[in-house]
Amino acid sequence: MSSATTNETPPAPVEAFAQVEQAGGPLLPLRKAGLARFAERGYPTTNDEDWRFTSLKSLTDLPFLPTLEPLGQALGLADIAEITFGQHDVDRLVFVDGHFSSDLSVISEQPDGVTVTNLSSSLNGLENEIGSLSANDENPFIGLNDAFFTDGALIRIPANGRLAKLAHLVFISTANEAGQAAHIRNWIEAGANAQGTIIESHLSLGQAAASTNVVTETRVNAGANLEHIKFQDQSLNAIHLASLHSELSDDARYAFHSFALGARLSRNNLRMRLAKPGIECVLNGLYMTRANQLADHHMIVDHAAPHCDSHEYFNGILDDQSRGVFHGRILVQPVAQKTDAKQTNKNLILSDNATANTKPQLEIYADDVKCTHGATIGEMDDDAIFYLRARGLDTKTARRMLMHGFAGEIVDRIQHDGIREELDELVWNRLEGEHHLD
Amino acid sequence: MLEIKNLQAGIEDKPILKGIDLSVNAGEVHAIMGPNGSGKSTLASVLAGRDGYDVTGGKVLLQDDDLLDLAPEERAREGVFLAFQYPVEIPGVNSAYFLRSAVNEIRKHRGEEELDAMNFLKAVKAKMKELGLSEDFLKRPVNAGFSGGEKKRNEILQMAMLNPKLAVLDETDSGLDIDALRIVADGVNRLKGTDNAQVVITHYQRLLDYIVPDFVHVLYDGRIIKSGDKTLAHELEEKGYDWLIRDAA
Repeated sequence: MSSATTNETPPAPVEAFAQVEQAGGPLLPLRKAGLARFAERGYPTTNDEDWRFTSLKSLTDLPFLPTLEPLGQALGLADIAEITFGQHDVDRLVFVDGHFSSDLSVISEQPDGVTVTNLSSSLNGLENEIGSLSANDENPFIGLNDAFFTDGALIRIPANGRLAKLAHLVFISTANEAGQAAHIRNWIEAGANAQGTIIESHLSLGQAAASTNVVTETRVNAGANLEHIKFQDQSLNAIHLASLHSELSDDARYAFHSFALGARLSRNNLRMRLAKPGIECVLNGLYMTRANQLADHHMIVDHAAPHCDSHEYFNGILDDQSRGVFHGRILVQPVAQKTDAKQTNKNLILSDNATANTKPQLEIYADDVKCTHGATIGEMDDDAIFYLRARGLDTKTARRMLMHGFAGEIVDRIQHDGIREELDELVWNRLEGEHHLD
Repeated sequence: MLEIKNLQAGIEDKPILKGIDLSVNAGEVHAIMGPNGSGKSTLASVLAGRDGYDVTGGKVLLQDDDLLDLAPEERAREGVFLAFQYPVEIPGVNSAYFLRSAVNEIRKHRGEEELDAMNFLKAVKAKMKELGLSEDFLKRPVNAGFSGGEKKRNEILQMAMLNPKLAVLDETDSGLDIDALRIVADGVNRLKGTDNAQVVITHYQRLLDYIVPDFVHVLYDGRIIKSGDKTLAHELEEKGYDWLIRDAA
């Protein structure tokens, strides 16, 4: 399938760059290079192997105008009173259409050396860091993000430090015009033996076919333990593009949880580099789609050192005409002996018209490794339903319990108790709303 | 308690049970033995109401109710319990949550008050102790990643909590070492009362050293070809099934 937009650079983003150029700043070289990279490649099409199952037509038909200035009226606290994780004691950074809102944000005093702030307020000194982890990725949306990002979170925890509280990064789209695109950039760094939990929420107040293009770079240093929960619940017209680049060092523990519930089209590129021995990396995700939604997770786990464990667990519950896409590549380099890599992708199909595409890919260049992968696509397990019925539960209850369990497998891997419980309830309530449940 | 009359059933067009008659009274333990492929597990499945089996003739009455008219969950609520030969792994479904739901479903049906989380935990922990199950068991997903022995003990735990009128144990002894076998048998024996009955399906006589049956039936080619008391099991242990099969033919 080819598309008319192949390698054509849509003019709108390029024109908008004049404003970026005028603003200047320490990152201008990165921005220019990013724009050039995008101009060279254009939008990906389904001819690109990495985008085979995910057509971007709904995006490329639109102008994709960067929201370089805040849109419309500023939001008040009342507008965000009901957001998820709002009841937890957190440090909250709120960004509206890619612009930091200090009025909506709440940041407590941090321990020595800990930084929790918005990126654009402290760009100086970051010019050698931003882009350093994403530079080798050819994904043109990273080029666009380099060129146009307006703001995002900057989180730094020094060696042996801890975040004062959970850090909740809230990204709200208010766009009411199709084709507007918020470019968000996050930089997260956990020093040696540091610890922290970060939640990233992507929500919509507007209903337009607007885009979010978020790039997050995460450096997890030796012995650090970082849990990162991403909750994407944007409007069913939204387009959500995300790219996460994590570099992990000796004995680091890193868990990334992706909840993809919203957006017409969502794509999460996850790029893990296990650079030193002793790392434990978990990528854990749940996608629940209905109507004409498409949720795509595309990951590369690069084992570049020996004695590392990586586990990917992705479950999808697909209803109506929706589609779930999973691409999991495990790359085990020649030095990466004693790698233990495990990958599963399970899809529960609730409707005849829903589709799952799953593509596991093991690329192993070391000989003393343990790598497994498995993928399933199917309806609910009849044996399990019978087992529950044989214990007195009716079919409806049995189906609910199984579906809840299917989602619960993923939710249960969240280490933070409060967040896990809130997500468990939220997911449960969403499943109760599935019209093809019974 | 249980009255099976000329029960005939099969899968698709293949007959497996070819006329079973069995009468089980309250307070009794019946063992059903027989070589592989004789129809033992089919009988258990048909009693529990598993999909895919066609009943082509006969009747199954549980205290005068026609069991075959009932959905599997209705049978369970009426007091039928099947201990599965291969308990199903259900990842993501918490064992405590599952078991409390089942217990309350059955209590509701009996007109008893539902157990709240506290009372349920109290009751289940006492039973778990008897079965040598550690407390983290409740937090784990149902059967997921359990060893063979744990799965079977979980079946017995469920049985103890649901307190059935009729328990059908389908090869509960398979895959168990001698210690696990003893624990499972103790669990079954503890349940035994004057108002319930147990049907123990087994391939080996071994289990019947611990669960002593009042009656032993030999199933072969879809029929009960011999019934007797517990000495029949010993005889089978010594002589195998061949002499009976020859006699039947």
